[in-house]
Amino acid sequence: MTRALGLVGTIALATALFGGTAGAQTIKIGVNEPLTGAFAASGTYVVNGAKIAADEINAKGGILGKKIELVIEDNKSNPTEAAAVAEKLITSDKVPVLMGAWGSSLTLAVMPKLMEYETPMVVETSSSGKITTTGNPFIFRISPPSAVEAAAFKGIVDKLALKKVDFLVINNDWGRGTAEDFSKMMKDKGIAIGLVETMDQGAQDMSAQLSKIKSSDSETVIVTTAVDQLTLIFKQAAALGLKKRIITTGGSQNPDQIIAQAGAAANGTMHLTTFLPWFPDKTPNPEATNYFITEWKKRGFEFAGCTESFRGYDGIRTAAAAIEKAGKAEPAAIKAALWNINIKGLNGDIVFRKSGPEGKESGQSQPNVYLIEISDGKVEMKTL
Amino acid sequence: MSEFLQHLVNMLVLGGTYALLGIGLTLIFGIMNVVNFTHGVLYTFGAYIMFIVVQQLGLNFFLALPVAVLAGWLLGAAIELTLLRPLRGSDIDTTMLVMIGAWIAMQSGTLWIWGGVAKSVATPFPEAPLVLGPVSVSWLRLFVLAAAAMLILVTYLLINKTSLGRAMRATFQDHDTASLMGVNVDMIYTSTFAIGSSLAAAAGALLGPVYVIFPQMGDLAAVKAFAIVILGGLGNITGAVIGGFILALAEELGAGYVSSGYRDAMGFVIIIAVLIFRPTGLFARAERVG
Repeated sequence: MTRALGLVGTIALATALFGGTAGAQTIKIGVNEPLTGAFAASGTYVVNGAKIAADEINAKGGILGKKIELVIEDNKSNPTEAAAVAEKLITSDKVPVLMGAWGSSLTLAVMPKLMEYETPMVVETSSSGKITTTGNPFIFRISPPSAVEAAAFKGIVDKLALKKVDFLVINNDWGRGTAEDFSKMMKDKGIAIGLVETMDQGAQDMSAQLSKIKSSDSETVIVTTAVDQLTLIFKQAAALGLKKRIITTGGSQNPDQIIAQAGAAANGTMHLTTFLPWFPDKTPNPEATNYFITEWKKRGFEFAGCTESFRGYDGIRTAAAAIEKAGKAEPAAIKAALWNINIKGLNGDIVFRKSGPEGKESGQSQPNVYLIEISDGKVEMKTL
Repeated sequence: MSEFLQHLVNMLVLGGTYALLGIGLTLIFGIMNVVNFTHGVLYTFGAYIMFIVVQQLGLNFFLALPVAVLAGWLLGAAIELTLLRPLRGSDIDTTMLVMIGAWIAMQSGTLWIWGGVAKSVATPFPEAPLVLGPVSVSWLRLFVLAAAAMLILVTYLLINKTSLGRAMRATFQDHDTASLMGVNVDMIYTSTFAIGSSLAAAAGALLGPVYVIFPQMGDLAAVKAFAIVILGGLGNITGAVIGGFILALAEELGAGYVSSGYRDAMGFVIIIAVLIFRPTGLFARAERVG
């Protein structure tokens, strides 16, 4: 009996070893996204976009003669988990490059792990300025920092005749960073800043904050958070009879979902987004955008998710392009190659420029930012 | 002034649901002395029942509520029969660990079945709120408040005015004596846990459509429920109701006039104060210890 057990053990070990060899036939890319918790909707969209990119690349024969394999892990919308997931992906799955981690606080928590294991990460969504200014040379960001969003928005503030604005932002690096960058830009423009209210990322009842904003003397509210909390805010603002102009930032709004869930309350609201799935011909890369949207619909996903999922698609294509350029799936080579790629993303060319303290710069590409307005339940583009 | 009135209206609406959460737990935690970590999952479960009945089966919203209450009752009875009955007489730590295990298993179950992405439930109420001068409130929230008030009243009458309620109070005061007096204590344990569970499910079913439904929605709800029970005193239904309103008031005024960043902390500051100055809860009656 003991011997039989020993034999079983040997077979299991041999299988594991063979399994290991078979694994080396693919090139792994680690994906660190929130699939549960407060940002589950957004993270799931990004992962679905990433899968489209991986399937597309593999259908064309993969890279360096191998298929790419996404190792997807859930960071539970929790910074501690995000760091643990990064460590697991690097040390146990041996991924040479990561994509992640959606939220700014999640990405910031992962960053020390990238330094420790010298592994690069493509940042697809996070917008806190800190990510590319603290001197982490393993960060390559394709999403716009909130200062870039604020700068893009600057052109339209006169047209909107803003006088005084309140902020309602998620209480983390993303929301507070946005409030800071937008306040600075607006003060330069002579716009008064009223209340700056925050909400916990898991909060479901924002009535208290909204009641306070309702009785302030400003005419506009800038709201920054992800789609689930946004729909709650729209519903609760409508229930409180809040009649101010609402402008959202951050590119995680999924405007179609807001239209579907908030109904008439969504009319007149404006949203800063980083993708235009409603007008593929106006995007920098119409052909790729059309391909992506067709593929997204073919897989039966909700159209609303496009404004998020394109980042996963672009992120994986960025990582894959760097692996190809590097000629081998090793972290140091991929990191060096990321500086030399030039691919056509769905939201502009992905070319990394140096950002942050000299000698240990992070990479930052310059994506486009758009302003859309919802009127009569439809999305309209505004010129910035 | 109008802002203050609006905060008070928000407090009423929020407090009603907190009270509902609190009374379910005070029955189980306060009367049965089981640290019920599954309370939050039962809340989540009620919300998902609502989602299944309204969104997936396409049935009536008002029909879905009693279905959720019944489903919560059945799940609670099942938990009591399979997990708590074999553990009766074991120490509080063992029971607590088993309940933590049940919480994690059930939460993972909801995640497995429905995924992590939040769901929402359509309601038959008009989108336009009810506006009364400077304050405004949604019809759905008013309905939730009314339903919560009714459930609280029914529970109060059940515990204080029926023979089942008398048997429940007797059983948890003195198990052996109650048994000698002919009370079927096994039945009492199961029904108490089932009633508490159905109240948690009812709270979830009422609040799910107000907010969004996702597997971890019960975690914060459970933390608040424990806070309310401690505020009101263990096993005290009136205390849990008042505790629910106090917590809502602290959160509303804290967020409105102190700092919204610390909204969820406000309630707990009060709990700490209560535990320091009145550790048996604000409304605990004098009782003999030992």
